[in-house]
Amino acid sequence: MTETTDEQNTKTAPAESRAAADGPLLKVRGLVRHFPITKGLLKRQVGAVQAVDGIDFEVYPGETLGVVGESGCGKSTMGRLITRLDEPTGGTIEFDGRDITHLSTGGMRPMRRDVQMIFQDPYGSLNPRHTIGGIVGTPFRLQGVEPEGGVKKEVQRLLELVGLSPEHYNRYPHEFSGGQRQRIGIARALALKPKLVVADEPVSALDVSIQAQVVNLMDDLQEELGLTYVIIAHDLSVIRHVSDRIAVMYLGKIVELADRDSLYKAPMHPYTKALLSAVPVPDPKRRTERDRILLKGDVPSPINPPSGCRFRTRCWKATEVCTTTEPPLVALRTGHQVACHHPENAPDQAPEDAPK
Amino acid sequence: MTDSDDLTKTTAATDAAAPAAIAEPVAEGGAAPTAFLEVRDLRVHFPTDDGVVKSVDGLSFKLEKGKTLGIVGESGSGKSVTSLAVMGLHRASRQQRSKVRMSGEIWLDGQELIGADPDDVRRLRGREMAMIFQDPLSALHPFYSVGQQIVEAYRVHHDVDKKTARKRAIEMLDRVGIPQPDKRVDDHPHQFSGGMRQRAMIAMALVNNPELLIADEPTTALDVTVQAQILDLIRDLQKEFGSAVIIITHDLGVVAELADDLLVMYGGRCIERGPAEKVFYAPQHPYTWGLLGSMPRIDREQTDRLIPVKGSPPSLINVPSGCAFNPRCPYADIPKDNLTRTVRPELRQVDNGGTPANEGVAGGGGHFSACHMSQEERERIWTEEIAPKL
Repeated sequence: MTETTDEQNTKTAPAESRAAADGPLLKVRGLVRHFPITKGLLKRQVGAVQAVDGIDFEVYPGETLGVVGESGCGKSTMGRLITRLDEPTGGTIEFDGRDITHLSTGGMRPMRRDVQMIFQDPYGSLNPRHTIGGIVGTPFRLQGVEPEGGVKKEVQRLLELVGLSPEHYNRYPHEFSGGQRQRIGIARALALKPKLVVADEPVSALDVSIQAQVVNLMDDLQEELGLTYVIIAHDLSVIRHVSDRIAVMYLGKIVELADRDSLYKAPMHPYTKALLSAVPVPDPKRRTERDRILLKGDVPSPINPPSGCRFRTRCWKATEVCTTTEPPLVALRTGHQVACHHPENAPDQAPEDAPK
Repeated sequence: MTDSDDLTKTTAATDAAAPAAIAEPVAEGGAAPTAFLEVRDLRVHFPTDDGVVKSVDGLSFKLEKGKTLGIVGESGSGKSVTSLAVMGLHRASRQQRSKVRMSGEIWLDGQELIGADPDDVRRLRGREMAMIFQDPLSALHPFYSVGQQIVEAYRVHHDVDKKTARKRAIEMLDRVGIPQPDKRVDDHPHQFSGGMRQRAMIAMALVNNPELLIADEPTTALDVTVQAQILDLIRDLQKEFGSAVIIITHDLGVVAELADDLLVMYGGRCIERGPAEKVFYAPQHPYTWGLLGSMPRIDREQTDRLIPVKGSPPSLINVPSGCAFNPRCPYADIPKDNLTRTVRPELRQVDNGGTPANEGVAGGGGHFSACHMSQEERERIWTEEIAPKL
């Protein structure tokens, strides 16, 4: 990883990101994705799965935005929307100052160089019939890029960068372990020196010791290449470790968006608080002294989400106003946005209807 | 290891002395133990075209009623194979029996299971011991309603009519927290959410009040909030029924929540075992240090980097000679004479001057580790080099 050939990158990449530092790299406004449910011969639409239902956020150059939430909260759909692997139903996505919301596949192709994705399943995301050299070299062929010294040399440099041996060039994916495959996926994502890397559950399929290796690798690469990450994960410990800012999603909405320390130290949304308290801590002495908030029941269906605040059906602080009015995502402190009428660690937003 | 002779012998030979390489006392082999569950020198090997896969290779532990044992390890360390061996599920059919070689002893409530008739083991399964699997969607039958499946599990062991059994099924669903159990009992698994399916499976496992409950990664497929609910449920049910519980997981957080004792597996063997607090606060094996260092902690300020174990888990066909962990161990060169690469370390008691693990006393509160480094050395490395960085 520290060989001399990529010295050049190390120096130029952060400089580039600094140049763009005056504005966000990615700006998302009112992003919506509804999957229609159709019925009958005429495919009449009878409803919609509101996977992502109006979210706003920005990603700044050089930072890592972590996105957490339980299954079905829309975090993966969000990831597919911002990389434009899926078509948004509404809202806008601006990348590097350019609106990419409804770009066609062809129109999107030049942008693919700058936006790359790392997938969860290192088994499913590599074609078993292609060699590693072919897989990592594909981005160059698709984009018609001829790297200095040829594709093969560049691929071998990338393999070395992610901690594999350049001799692996002619091997096939089945010859590698899960952790090594994830490294191959990372090498492929980094091939074209992207500005933004979206990683959907990059380590959840890996064993703990391998997981730590990959987390460290992603850390190193960010520092070396000045990458910007959006990391989607359900594991709150991993998210705490890797992120600068964190967005918590619940049922298609962002309910809280804050920098890491304020989120973990003083969560404002009751859902965030419950989520944090539910994580098992590897410390047997703590099991008795923690007060855990046990949420009742399951996440409601995104086909028919509750009125008002979507979390109110499981919230212990819910009142009348939560049923009638949807709380907006507002900054209650610098850099700490929350969508709640009765937040924790902050003044109540609806004092006339405060919980007893 | 030259234990192939031992394995080709009939698995029924309970008196077979443990091979000398394990250096575990031979004297008590065959004697019925006093512990509720006792596993002695368990070996489960699978012959394949590429060689013999030694999934479990000499594992011993004890478990008392009302206690919880956590078995931790990475994929391929042999933890799930161990649980299936205890349940007798490797040898359920005649066809499977020829594919697996098992040796050692498994004593459940005074009865030896490896040499026992599969039919006898089947009568115990469900009634004396039950299992919760990781993936409830594949462990539940998609065609039958949840109620029918619980009823079947109950009626196998109890001579009651369907109506009584159904009442019992509703009662169990209610106990594990399924809302409207009298209605949901007729639902099929696909109509349940992931957390509810896991609850239904727990209901099925507990319907006969088993005395031993094995939970193999019971919460891995679940979200954190649901995971917390399920862990609480397992804890409450254990208190209520006083069962012995084995919880198998790769997540140290989960075992810290539940386990009284901890057993860390690596390459088919136990490399450290002891009371949970000791293993967490004074671990005595470099692999355990590696596991602790690999975990991002939600309860701590972010330390700069994780301290992962280098390399990948070993192949179970060609387990490294000597200590199986030696290719990944940063301290492999500390013991003299290349010991780590030539001699397999025995489990030795840490808190008792390093006597070899005597299975007669092990499990009852002792802390054991299989490492060639001296105890002083390990304690120095842990307190000076590892603990400050965690």
